[in-house]
Amino acid sequence: MKKIAMNGDQAVALSWKQVEPDVVASYPITPQTIIVEMFSEYVADGLVNTEYVTAESEHSAMSICIGASASGARTATATASAGLAYMWEVLYVASGMRLPIVMVVANRALSGPINIHCDHSDAMGARDSGWIQLFGENVQEAYDNSIMAFKVAEHMDVRMPMMTCLDGFIVTHSLERFEPLPDDVVKSFVGPFKYRRSLLDFKNPITMGPFDWTDFYFEHKYQQVEAMKRVTPVVNSVAKEYAKVSGREYQIIEPYKLDDADYAVLAMGSTAGTLKEIVDELRAEGQKVGSIKLRLFRPFPHAELAKMVEGLKGVAIMDRAVSIGAEGPIFPEARSALYESKQRPRMTNYIYGLGGRDIRPEELKHVFNQLIHKEDDTVNYLGVRK
Amino acid sequence: MSATTNLKVLSQREDRYVEGHRLCAGCAEPIIARQILMATEKPVVVSNATGCFEVSSSIYPFTSWNIPWIHSAFENAPATISGVEAAYLALKRKGVIKEEMRFVTFGGDGASYDIGIQSLSGAIERGHHFLYVCLNNEAYMNTGIQRSGATSRGAQTTTCPAGTCVPGKKEFPKDLTKIIIAHNLPYAAQASPHNYKDLIEKASKGLEANGPSFMNVIAPCPRGWRFESGKTIEMAKLAVDTCIWPLYEYELGEWRLTADSKRIAEGTKKKLPISDWLKSQGRFGHLSNEKWAYVAEEIQANVDTQWKELLRLCKT
Repeated sequence: MKKIAMNGDQAVALSWKQVEPDVVASYPITPQTIIVEMFSEYVADGLVNTEYVTAESEHSAMSICIGASASGARTATATASAGLAYMWEVLYVASGMRLPIVMVVANRALSGPINIHCDHSDAMGARDSGWIQLFGENVQEAYDNSIMAFKVAEHMDVRMPMMTCLDGFIVTHSLERFEPLPDDVVKSFVGPFKYRRSLLDFKNPITMGPFDWTDFYFEHKYQQVEAMKRVTPVVNSVAKEYAKVSGREYQIIEPYKLDDADYAVLAMGSTAGTLKEIVDELRAEGQKVGSIKLRLFRPFPHAELAKMVEGLKGVAIMDRAVSIGAEGPIFPEARSALYESKQRPRMTNYIYGLGGRDIRPEELKHVFNQLIHKEDDTVNYLGVRK
Repeated sequence: MSATTNLKVLSQREDRYVEGHRLCAGCAEPIIARQILMATEKPVVVSNATGCFEVSSSIYPFTSWNIPWIHSAFENAPATISGVEAAYLALKRKGVIKEEMRFVTFGGDGASYDIGIQSLSGAIERGHHFLYVCLNNEAYMNTGIQRSGATSRGAQTTTCPAGTCVPGKKEFPKDLTKIIIAHNLPYAAQASPHNYKDLIEKASKGLEANGPSFMNVIAPCPRGWRFESGKTIEMAKLAVDTCIWPLYEYELGEWRLTADSKRIAEGTKKKLPISDWLKSQGRFGHLSNEKWAYVAEEIQANVDTQWKELLRLCKT
């Protein structure tokens, strides 16, 4: 299909128009708002048959999604930052009930101080909530991820809620050319919604969200752990299917010019795109470097990452969030992935871009230089006035 | 259209909320819930806020619910039922669901007056078609009798104990029923389980209203209020007879006293003094101390003011 120009939020709204969920519930928050504004225009013009509920808060938006999904409806929402934080309690309810809700997160810093720009603190705060988390690099990925998410979350081996993340402003508000799929292709790709149990099936009444004592709670949590193990193969198979209809095939973790590289830098989101430019520039100077784009954060691809970086001399992990008192959130997981490896590269952590602080090409070059010359510390803060 | 309140008919219906729950002896909540669910024969989906009623009816792997039921969290039962109703509308439009269904939410006073008031207000403002029932036992009983926005002035709870300097709760409760009526919804009412006929008729009106509806139901709690568990219905009746819990309804802009409260207003039934109410429950026991006599007087004065205002609204 012909390429069109849209920003990331608009592309997500378009994906929802094509998927046409039964229920969308949402609350406005920058930089996500364009998604729900544009979707509400589709509703106003009768272009979708969706029941669109404008909640009075994000907590209620997610609670509405829980009620709708538990009633056998395909359900979606979008949020960012404080909105996601406000949902925190009920994120666990959604995953605990194994509801395949799809949520788009326009990554934005958390208060305080209040800041509306990009970092990954919001999504990282939800990393333990039992949601699948997929990060996109650009407008095309925001669109593609949003469609694939329905198929992954609703897969009968999975039945878990899924969030797809795009960088606030950097992707949500940047106009880019991308290639959408025709409506009918999206419709047949996601297929009709199937449910296991529904509250509206009153002839087979079900009690959902019961009180779980010490005798069963642990088992129910363990079932979520087991289900999360089934996610990666499903993400991969859905990506392969998607490649057939779109010509674009995604991996859960994507190497760039890594085959003969000695050093690599890993990032999630839009920075992974900038990194490719830097790799090209350094390659032109004769440096043996590559980069890695981490797409799937939950479940974390420990084995795949270990295999990808084994034998490298150094790897820098870029974290656009910080666990104050520890490191960036990706770093300890990446290091842990390599614990059993016999050829562990030196690994360092760069915390960058908090609150939308721009990450410039020369700073990424600096990261490679530091890594190559072993001049960096274990944990480094990039672009901050100390 | 009104539901039957004929006991012979009601007693032959299949129970929607069944035995085996773990609520205390004398708890008013299951009595109220069964009365509410008798008000329609249409399929009903229930959402329930966290609280005594929720934890005691759904201890996994058992359930007292014979109908579809969902609990999500404490403060979001109205939002949860909003989602259920939204799914119903979407799937009905698509022809997946064909039957007429009804939606009911149960929440305690903590869930309704305090932590969940935003969710409740939002769901009503959006116009979802559901009946919200506040099971009002005037404190956080599930966590061990803590004060809420519904707790009476002068009542002692574990977070507003009666001490040597403080006579229990200092504040009067907020008037949630009037706050809800300020949403201009089609139907709202106060009810009491001692008058099942009045309660079921109100629930029926709420369920058949063209939009959201609300019922605030007094739910005497033997444990929290300190009275013998055999006296629950007596206590509910006393709340109405003293006018601290008047029975009334608001229907499409019109206020009406009902049942016992209507008779009190008409002078065919005696309005009892609040001292009868205060003496009946251990939570007010300290008020018998001379030192706190003024508190009892203030409570009576407040009941009288509120009652007068209600008479004005009901144009009687």
